[in-house]
Amino acid sequence: MTEWKPRIGVVTFPGSLDDRDALRAATLMGGEPQTLWHGDADLGGVDAVILPGGFSYGDYLRTGAIARFATVMDAVGAFAEDGGPVLGICNGFQILCEAGLLPGALIRNRTLSFVCRWVNIRAERGLQTIAAGDVLPVPIKHGEGQFVASEAELDRIERDGLVAFRYCSPGGVVDDAFNPNGAARGIAGVRNDSGNVLGLMPHPEHAVDPDLGPTGGQSVFGWLFDAARARAASYA
Amino acid sequence: MRFRFEVLVSLKDALLDPQGKAVQGALPRLGWSNVSEVRVGKHIALTVEADDETAATAQVQEMATRFLSNPVIEDFQVLEVEPAS
Repeated sequence: MTEWKPRIGVVTFPGSLDDRDALRAATLMGGEPQTLWHGDADLGGVDAVILPGGFSYGDYLRTGAIARFATVMDAVGAFAEDGGPVLGICNGFQILCEAGLLPGALIRNRTLSFVCRWVNIRAERGLQTIAAGDVLPVPIKHGEGQFVASEAELDRIERDGLVAFRYCSPGGVVDDAFNPNGAARGIAGVRNDSGNVLGLMPHPEHAVDPDLGPTGGQSVFGWLFDAARARAASYA
Repeated sequence: MRFRFEVLVSLKDALLDPQGKAVQGALPRLGWSNVSEVRVGKHIALTVEADDETAATAQVQEMATRFLSNPVIEDFQVLEVEPAS
């Protein structure tokens, strides 16, 4: 019997940049890549969806504000509602926040500058392949990655355990010195209440190939694959 | 009938506005050192075709809530300028 391979759909919006890398990473990690288009009305039966990084619709109005109304987003919303695993990376994270599938919003970096470098993020709670406290080296590259929400909403996010990742030192210490964009409470990524939608500003798809550097992104893909596997098993 | 509107969108007061901060930081270099509380927002002008003013205003309010602003981070204000010709 051949090993089951999750079919990973990656949506291309006008202005997406990292769709190819996400497809490649999905393949490297043992998945079956499936291209999806912003105008698609259905997801073609994929087991998981990735909204990739980039500058969809030129970031006009607000990052992700126009992409969230793309045709495919109706299908992504229904898929997420049904428990389907969805990973939003960078612009994909911004789109999920705009769509209300994740809490909070992303605004311009505190420094006003675009940041492009390696950072470390600490997993705040266990997500299948990722143990709480795990430190993942991953790259960031964004101008608008400052996670914000009202203080009351931040408290709720914390209380409900929705913080997935915080920026930290290589040793896992969370401190403002390691916060590259001024994100509230150092938040680099959040999940939804049911845990099947995850968004983060760093780029796990650029950190899966050991020939190219650190591989902190592997466990994020591992989370996506495990969630896809668990969901497929529940339908079997 | 056609109605002309302006929608003003601004970051919520509780949020630090990095753009406003940068603009404010540059003003003293130009000799204006008495300026504070600079906030940068968006100005969206549009024309709506509707049966009457009430319907047009209600539609712009809804557009501003659902799309032109993000209620998580922004406030907005709808101004009707004048009936468009």
